[in-house]
Amino acid sequence: MTIDAATARKVAHLARISVAEDELEQLARELSGILGWVEQLQQVDVDGVEPMTSVTPMKLRAREDVVTDGGIRDKVLANAPDAREGFFAVPKVVE
Amino acid sequence: MTLPVPTISDARDALRRGDFSARELTDACLAEIEAAAPLNAFTTVAAERAREMADAADRARAAGQNGDLLGIPLGVKDLFCTEGVRSQAASRILEGFVPPYESTVTAKLWDAGAVMLGKLNMDEFAMGSSTESSVYGPCISPWRRSGDATPIVPGGSSGGSAAAVAAGLCLGATATDTGGSIRQPAAFCGVTGIKPTYGRCSRWGIVAYASSLDQAGPVARSVRDVAILLRHMAGHDPKDSTSAQIDVPDFEAALTGDLRGKRIGLPAEYAEGLGEETAALWHKGAKMLRDAGAEVVEIRLPHTKYALPAYYIIAPAEASSNLARYDGVRYGHRARLDQGDGIVEMYEKSRAEGFGPEVRRRVMVGTYVLSAGYYDAYYLRAQKVRTLIRRDFEAAFGMVDAILTPVSPGPAFGLGEVTGDPVQMYLQDVFSVTLNLAGLPGVAVPAGLSANGLPLGLQLIGKPWGEAELLNAAHALEARAGFDARPRRWW
Repeated sequence: MTIDAATARKVAHLARISVAEDELEQLARELSGILGWVEQLQQVDVDGVEPMTSVTPMKLRAREDVVTDGGIRDKVLANAPDAREGFFAVPKVVE
Repeated sequence: MTLPVPTISDARDALRRGDFSARELTDACLAEIEAAAPLNAFTTVAAERAREMADAADRARAAGQNGDLLGIPLGVKDLFCTEGVRSQAASRILEGFVPPYESTVTAKLWDAGAVMLGKLNMDEFAMGSSTESSVYGPCISPWRRSGDATPIVPGGSSGGSAAAVAAGLCLGATATDTGGSIRQPAAFCGVTGIKPTYGRCSRWGIVAYASSLDQAGPVARSVRDVAILLRHMAGHDPKDSTSAQIDVPDFEAALTGDLRGKRIGLPAEYAEGLGEETAALWHKGAKMLRDAGAEVVEIRLPHTKYALPAYYIIAPAEASSNLARYDGVRYGHRARLDQGDGIVEMYEKSRAEGFGPEVRRRVMVGTYVLSAGYYDAYYLRAQKVRTLIRRDFEAAFGMVDAILTPVSPGPAFGLGEVTGDPVQMYLQDVFSVTLNLAGLPGVAVPAGLSANGLPLGLQLIGKPWGEAELLNAAHALEARAGFDARPRRWW
């Protein structure tokens, strides 16, 4: 799989990571290198094989449906780059 | 209190006898940490808190307590959230993050009376095999090649943990392993590290990289020491639904060194691409296990060569999802915005500035393989290959009790020697990553020195939840390898 600059731009946007126009070619080359290398998985016969979804087979147990935590607004906000009046502050989202 | 600092088991006995206090031991470690600044192993030193914890341990001992870890000073990988102490996963995106909570694993260690000295260097978000990709700058191994002052990498991602233990800055350290991040640095630094079965330790409060692969474990100077630490790190936690409700045995009590009646497998596939020295050490290791009473047989793990490419689809995919939380809103770095920038620019600029190159690469690879139209070809296929890798091990464990392999293709490399093509760095994990995919426990034991004077390790792989038996095999190997080399102090 060869990634071109346009695909690299799209992937960077989907990942919400800004990449300068003049760095897209280099990024495309790196992604192509990695994806070309993982391509060898196409050699494996996986017909009829179930994908692994649980590392150690175990039943997930439901816990009691009770409140175990909360009421710690100031702790939640303590590490925010911008918190005002008990809220996270961000640039305008809706006009 | 004489230097170098003792092993955990020796310190436990000395503290019980009253040869020295926890405070004296902690002060000795703090002085060693200060002197070892050139290693850049510790990134945050919590000296005041360490002294308070040591004093509390001494008071508890005076009141009659004498647990295994009471007063034992430890280092903590920066990936673990520690309440009130900066925890950044060695990333700029978590700049200034001070967790208001403690990870379950570290909380258990402090409950057992251990002393936290500070935080340890690592590859950013645990993505790397050399601890060169850290916002704090690279960690340097205490080891050097004979007659050569070239800085050597400690391995990664838990390079700070392994380097600090090898240099005698702490008695043990917490670490994590997603594709080899405990075992490879332990091998590079001539110390012991175990990655437990997936689900043995709670992942709560550990910064997530690839959740179906991440597992915490200890690094220390002996098999006995990691056995002691693991017992106090493991156990079910309601806050991590994947942590198993299985009893935690007394791993130390299992260390008899007797392997009579046990069968050890050597997988033929692991011989591929092996350096001559590593191959010779592997065969020596097999002989040591035979001497301990085990029968050594050849086994097949036919899908081994596909483990690494499968890992480099699954781990980036999970990382792209896990790292979506770093958005510049709730914690960490937010970019300075230009006039007219909206929330999307805030995300894109904050993440571009906050993530280093390898993290950016993996997040984008993960985004790509999960994107519409590619999911089946990449992620789903990799998860099927993962099933085949697990089946290989299940078949092998029908015939053997443990598997002996090298940890990595060769000894530690020099700083900056493996750069350029990211895939070359990925190949470091070729022998370690299979276990993470299968969820199995693995332990790295130092077993010899390379011709140029650097440590070489061997890996033993165990059955799920079989850490006690696995550590016993490691104990037998350790006893016969008799590895007692220490890095010559240059710092």
